[in-house]
Amino acid sequence: MADLLGVQNVETFYGPIMALRGVSMKVREGQVLALLGANGAGKSTLLKTISGTMVPEKGRVEFQGKSIEGTPPHQVARLGIAQVPEGREVFPLLTTEQNLHMGGYRRTRAEVAESLQRVFALFPALYAKRTSQAGYLSGGQQQMLAIGRAMMSAPRLMLLDEPSLGLSPQLVGEIAETIVKLNRDESVTIMLVEQNARMALDVADYGYVLENGRIVMEDTSSSLRDATDIKEFYLGMKEQGVRGRRRWKQRKTWR
Amino acid sequence: MDGAQFLQVLIVGLSQGCVYGLIALGFVLIYKATEVVNFAQGDLMMIGMFVAFTFLNVLGMPYWLGLVCTCASMALIGALLERALIRPMIGEPTFAVLMLTVGLGFILRSFASSVWGADPKAIHNPFSGEVLTFGDVSLGFENIAVMVGTAMLCIALGLYFRYARIGVSMQAASQNQLAAVLVGISVNRITSLAWALSAGIAGFAGVMLAPVSLIDPQVGFIGIKAFAAAIIGGLGSLPGALIAGIAIGVIEQFAQIALPTGLATASPYLVMLIMLIVRPSGLFASVQRKKV
Ligand SMILES: Nc1ncnc2c1ncn2[C@@H]1O[C@H](COP(=O)(O)OP(=O)(O)OP(=O)(O)O)[C@@H](O)[C@H]1O
Ligand SMILES: [Mg+2]
Repeated sequence: MADLLGVQNVETFYGPIMALRGVSMKVREGQVLALLGANGAGKSTLLKTISGTMVPEKGRVEFQGKSIEGTPPHQVARLGIAQVPEGREVFPLLTTEQNLHMGGYRRTRAEVAESLQRVFALFPALYAKRTSQAGYLSGGQQQMLAIGRAMMSAPRLMLLDEPSLGLSPQLVGEIAETIVKLNRDESVTIMLVEQNARMALDVADYGYVLENGRIVMEDTSSSLRDATDIKEFYLGMKEQGVRGRRRWKQRKTWR
Repeated sequence: MDGAQFLQVLIVGLSQGCVYGLIALGFVLIYKATEVVNFAQGDLMMIGMFVAFTFLNVLGMPYWLGLVCTCASMALIGALLERALIRPMIGEPTFAVLMLTVGLGFILRSFASSVWGADPKAIHNPFSGEVLTFGDVSLGFENIAVMVGTAMLCIALGLYFRYARIGVSMQAASQNQLAAVLVGISVNRITSLAWALSAGIAGFAGVMLAPVSLIDPQVGFIGIKAFAAAIIGGLGSLPGALIAGIAIGVIEQFAQIALPTGLATASPYLVMLIMLIVRPSGLFASVQRKKV
């Protein structure tokens, strides 16, 4: 398998705060990759650095062999990288269907219609709500919508930031199933950030563990799963607990 | 006041209100895209009137062609202004950008008086002086034309924002900027487009206003009333801005008959003040707070 994405020695800052301290990793074509780590480890920052919503101070991000660090995020999206950000960022006043159409913003009508069929087949709940305003969907439905919207662009690589957050165990199972289907049937390569390490390692082939802005461990999912007993802390397999997940609500600072 | 007189005042108020409403739409469009109020909006309309004067009187174009050319030139001017003045200000405090638009207003006014002169002008148009008479009611053709023109423009805008992909993407970008860039929408492009649209609408408003008002470099000050309308409408709502603009036009006309002059002139702002006290978020504030 070839490398689809390569990250080399990336350092990313929030003002004076160094959130990534020299991260190197790669994602292979066709893989489901899990990125694990405690709160504040820098997982979301790594995804934002890849999608271009944050620009690294140092290091390289390569997608299909081309450097993309510093490329504006809307252009990164057009290259085939779809990020589903933390906290399901839907367009609250647009309908479900309009949200999905926006996902296929750069594609032809026919392609959009075809992808729409696939999304509705995967998420019948969204079909039932297609004319409702997205802001009025349940949390789980909004998560499905965010994933569906990312599918609409027919991405090569999908970056999922904690899709299971705040969902019931049953919905977490459904999301896991979706990830497997996306990867298998739509041949989308997936990079999955999760607090729920058990779920992530169940669906992933390979995993990285991030701690304080550094990669501290990487291995196949099965080896990581065995290591979970000793490395419980890194994998955050303790109680999921209350988390300051609305931390970057002040979106003026998203760049 | 008898029925006929009432109807006449109402029509004049409605048509004046349509112009306020159109300018208010421009305020809202730019505000939704950039969270900045463009205080030069009224002056853009003034420039639009002079551009129309140039096309119609100087170049002698037919009215409809002149209207289209005015809107197109104004849209271009709007996009250029955004590119030259507003985009370099990304990341600067909102206050700085606001002051920039105030300064832009001054520049546009002195530009207009140096290019076209300060003496009032009127443009050639097919409406002035024509009168529609129903029984003892006679209505100015130019007033009717403003209302019809505004209605058609608003229908076109409504269709654009609901059905055109680029229109929906403008809504999307104003509702959630992060999600918009992640699906590949260029926020810069949306901002340019918002400026182009709102300057184009200002040009349209100018052409609509021209038959009922003389053109001079100070005419853009009616933008302040339109700003009051945009506030009353909720600043984030296009229908709200339009309806509030029309309401202010009507209230103003009736106030001129019923109230002493000073009070009548202040009536749009009184309405705004009352509105800000009673319902600070405006008449039509969208349910969801805008998040950017
Ligand atoms: N907007 C911000 N401004 C300043 N510092 C930030 C900001 N966002 C994150 N940080 C800091 O950067 C570090 C990494 O944050 P990041 O959001 O990447 O963590 P994470 O691994 O995604 O955590 P979580 O699991 O809680 O989502 C943290 O120390 C955090 O405090
Ligand atoms: Mg995170």
